[in-house]
Amino acid sequence: MSLRTPLSKVLGRGSAGEGSGHWWMQRVTAVALLPLTAWFVISLLRLPLQSYDEMRGWLGQPWVAVLCTLLVFTLAWHSKLGVEVVIEDYVHGKGAKAGLMLLNIFVHVSAAVAGIFAILRMTVV
Amino acid sequence: MDQRPLSPHLGVYKFAYTMSLSILHRITGCAAAVGFLLFVWWLMALATGPDSYARAMQCLSSPLAKLLLVGFTFSFVYHFCNGIRHLVWDTGRGLERAQARRSGAVVIIAALLLTALVIWLGCQAMGFSQPGPV
Repeated sequence: MSLRTPLSKVLGRGSAGEGSGHWWMQRVTAVALLPLTAWFVISLLRLPLQSYDEMRGWLGQPWVAVLCTLLVFTLAWHSKLGVEVVIEDYVHGKGAKAGLMLLNIFVHVSAAVAGIFAILRMTVV
Repeated sequence: MDQRPLSPHLGVYKFAYTMSLSILHRITGCAAAVGFLLFVWWLMALATGPDSYARAMQCLSSPLAKLLLVGFTFSFVYHFCNGIRHLVWDTGRGLERAQARRSGAVVIIAALLLTALVIWLGCQAMGFSQPGPV
């Protein structure tokens, strides 16, 4: 005999009150980051990093800018999800946990906006 | 409420080296999160102009920054390699004890080799004559 209500069966959610969305998005972003980060690291290693003009020229190319935007967006998302799990596991005070969860969101959203803004600034003339 | 029995926690298990790989995945993930912020700071410097970019690259060339960059490189590379291991596990494969031990060894060796390669090529891309952090 199941003690679950018909509604909870239909919703398919566990005791946390939410589904497997967090877990799943962490995997989706992880898979996306494999080619994105590999492309970015290999590209960077082949560029003359000290040359401002060369770096701007590289990032000014449309496809490079698109891939870099995807990279910043996906990195921020994956990182936010990961740090969230760490906070949930190791911070036990209710107030401290809520505060750090908020800070985590604010820092990651700010970083994502700043990174994407920087890329657009270098691309859109 | 405080007297309720607790379910057995990590301390009841005999130590296996795969445990340290597991916690290392989290530690390197957190370090990579900080590295992500550094990456955004670098992008902003590049977007701001030649002077701010030159200053940022100057900052990244200090001995302390080089040491940190080596740490971030290892963190990212390890998290990348071990992340693949986790993704394979998520498909239900490689979960036997012997398999997990073997894949752990592969990840450690791959991460160390790739870190060395990225640092070596990175030094050339950065224009450092002496490879390594020192």
